[in-house]
Amino acid sequence: MATTADTFQAHDDAHHHDHDHDHKPSFFARWFMSTNHKDIGTLYLIFAIFAGVIGGGISGIMRAELAEPGIQILGWWANFLNGHDVSFDETLHLWNVLITAHGLIMVFFMVMPAVIGGFGNWFVPLMIGAPDMAFPRMNNISFWLTVAGFCSLLISSFMPGGTGQGAGTGWTVYAPLATSGSPGAAVDFAIFSLHLAGAASIMGAINFITTIFNMRAPGMTLHKMPLFVWSVLVTAFLLLLALPVLAAAITMLLTDRNFGTTFYDPAGGGDPVLYQHLFWFFGHPEVYIMILPAFGIISQIVSTFSKKPVFGYLGMAYAMVAIGVVGFIVWAHHMYTTGLDVNTKMYFTAATMVIAVPTGVKIFSWIATMWGGSVEFKSPMVWALGFIFLFTVGGVTGVVLSNGGVDDNLHDTYYVVAHFHYVLSLGAVTGLFAGFYYWFPKMSGRMHSELLAHIHFWIFFVGVNMVFFPQHFLGLQGMPRRYPDYADAFAHWNAVSSLGYQITAVSIGVWFINIIYAFTMGKKAEGNYWGEGATTLEWTLSSPPPFHQFETLPVIEDAGHH
Amino acid sequence: MSGTKNHDYHILPPDPWPFIGAFSALTLTTGGAMTMHGMAFGKYVLLVGALAVLTTFFSWFSNIVKEAHAGDHSPVVQLHLRYGMILFIASEVMFFVGWFWAFFDFALFPSTLSDVTGGQFPNKAIEAVMNPFDLPLLNTLILLCSGTTVTWAHHALIHGDRDGLKKGLWATITLGVLFTSIQAYEYAHAPFGFGGSPYSSAFYMATGFHGMHVLIGTIFLCVCQRRAYAGHFTPRQHFGFEAAAWYWHFVDVVWLFLFVAVYVWGGWGYATH
Repeated sequence: MATTADTFQAHDDAHHHDHDHDHKPSFFARWFMSTNHKDIGTLYLIFAIFAGVIGGGISGIMRAELAEPGIQILGWWANFLNGHDVSFDETLHLWNVLITAHGLIMVFFMVMPAVIGGFGNWFVPLMIGAPDMAFPRMNNISFWLTVAGFCSLLISSFMPGGTGQGAGTGWTVYAPLATSGSPGAAVDFAIFSLHLAGAASIMGAINFITTIFNMRAPGMTLHKMPLFVWSVLVTAFLLLLALPVLAAAITMLLTDRNFGTTFYDPAGGGDPVLYQHLFWFFGHPEVYIMILPAFGIISQIVSTFSKKPVFGYLGMAYAMVAIGVVGFIVWAHHMYTTGLDVNTKMYFTAATMVIAVPTGVKIFSWIATMWGGSVEFKSPMVWALGFIFLFTVGGVTGVVLSNGGVDDNLHDTYYVVAHFHYVLSLGAVTGLFAGFYYWFPKMSGRMHSELLAHIHFWIFFVGVNMVFFPQHFLGLQGMPRRYPDYADAFAHWNAVSSLGYQITAVSIGVWFINIIYAFTMGKKAEGNYWGEGATTLEWTLSSPPPFHQFETLPVIEDAGHH
Repeated sequence: MSGTKNHDYHILPPDPWPFIGAFSALTLTTGGAMTMHGMAFGKYVLLVGALAVLTTFFSWFSNIVKEAHAGDHSPVVQLHLRYGMILFIASEVMFFVGWFWAFFDFALFPSTLSDVTGGQFPNKAIEAVMNPFDLPLLNTLILLCSGTTVTWAHHALIHGDRDGLKKGLWATITLGVLFTSIQAYEYAHAPFGFGGSPYSSAFYMATGFHGMHVLIGTIFLCVCQRRAYAGHFTPRQHFGFEAAAWYWHFVDVVWLFLFVAVYVWGGWGYATH
């Protein structure tokens, strides 16, 4: 693949952008008909923030409801959303709708668009020295199909579902709750939402793989590629191979619901556990899809602010490949309580624990990168350190849950909720904020306030730990997930958890203030505002980079940087 | 765009079709959900969505052909297209993995809890299956044959024999239409319907999605034929044709798996129709 790059004329002049003439299209053409990877990346980020506010707002309703035993505010919300007074069953159905919407929005419309669509689009071409993505038009339809998918999910909340309005199936859309349990149109709209978002992601994956394989600047071999690009490459393969299986699974849901097939209907000889196998064959790679790009971001940041190349670069790259490959053969650890036989559980327990090895390689290599480095505690580095700590907590509880025998007790308790929020909300989202503070001035041309960024971090850190750490205790005490009410014995830690939500919400407010500060009072950002530690190609460009960068391809020297 | 471009990559001007295409797809799925629930105007929404999606495909691919003729497809851009097509086919393979997974689940572990299956596969409720060595075998031969005719067309194209290209394509398209017709006949005379049992569900889902892919492949080949008559394609540059041929071979291979697994192995020793 490198041979294709070699055929291009190589120029020494890496500062061609100084005399670049930006011909930006008019507003409508620029933002609705874009074929520019940076503009599409910006659209993805704005969309992800918008979806994140909705998904986070839903958590607010849920945490407020769970603040005390009994039903507090759910009835008011159910009446409000339905436009009239509804029955108690319909009120409880709203709870299912909320957990479903929260899960689907955060996974498909917040984390994925932000981390792959947003940062991937912005920085993969910049980091490999490419002028744009391989398929600029397909890049744009990936974005708009994601928006279309989100619209379909919004429509679903106004359609009849099972006991009330909206799709109340959980993000996993398990049969039979999603088939005979929810006869209304809501679940069909939710399924189509996944079809649309899935098609968008598959096209995005094709685009990233082609771009990374074919458009690296002359001299940039795969083993010189920045680790963020490696992480997006592995992620793109996971998307490409996992999402079609989800598409098949939910298409069978659709025919079971509407065309009389009995794939998942035991009365008709079908197998509801088949759905779970197909779903988790997608679902497990999906969780790595969300975390791997964050790994890449953290590697860039730790290296930049330790002013050292990443420790064990190749080990870091192939650890991600290993996580990606092994991630495809561990799916049934989500299904220990479905009646798998004991040998199957033993296999999935062992295979799942194996993933801790490459993940440990990553954690220890980040620490080794900092070791002996000249560490500078700028805001992205503080977020990155937070990531390493919080993700490790989530990873350790993951090893606990990987045991089939232990999981028999913990399955569907708040211990699981605590675990996956530690790796996602406190892992992937912390990685997102780290990447945001690392690259925001590069994207906007304005410096954020370091002070506000640090305040944002500490409030967020206290808040999210207060939300999710007590949930480990609740889970170990046996509190089941997915219920709006609980026994009085669980009251204390739930109250703490709900208080933590309010602290987290304040931190998000600080973040928005910081963005407003940057755009109104922020200093103009230089090309390389992080200094000598920042060595990847995006730092050779102005902030923001020219509308079309690298019109003369940069050449990577033999002693190149990672 | 800025006129100082010093590389061979394809930088595109703003384009309306991605936006139109995405919301056409949303219209299509919305119309589908409305129709399935018998809502007012559902069919019209579905129809508008389908037409809009087809229009998007037509315009989008027309633009790609125009760009190819304008010389935008430098060797590296052609390589992009190759990677894109191979990766698309890889994702399609995983799509079929989903159907085969369902099929083998039902075949290897038939439910003993339901009268429909009666612990056997093909299920108790299925009176008879299709004789694999009747029409399905004929269809296997037709598809394998079409795989050779498309290779004939390809070799003719590489050697500058445009007449051979057209003949090879006509033969392939004819065989493709023949396959689809026989499949339609087989469906119409099948001893079981889509719903009601895991066997029939998995059978029609897998073979039906394959049939849809044959249809798409045939349309793809027809587009190539029209382009062949319009004088497109050179012995050096003809990726549109190659993509169609790859897709056709992929569809062919999927059928071989369907024939062996679903038709022959899946109905072994069972009463045939």
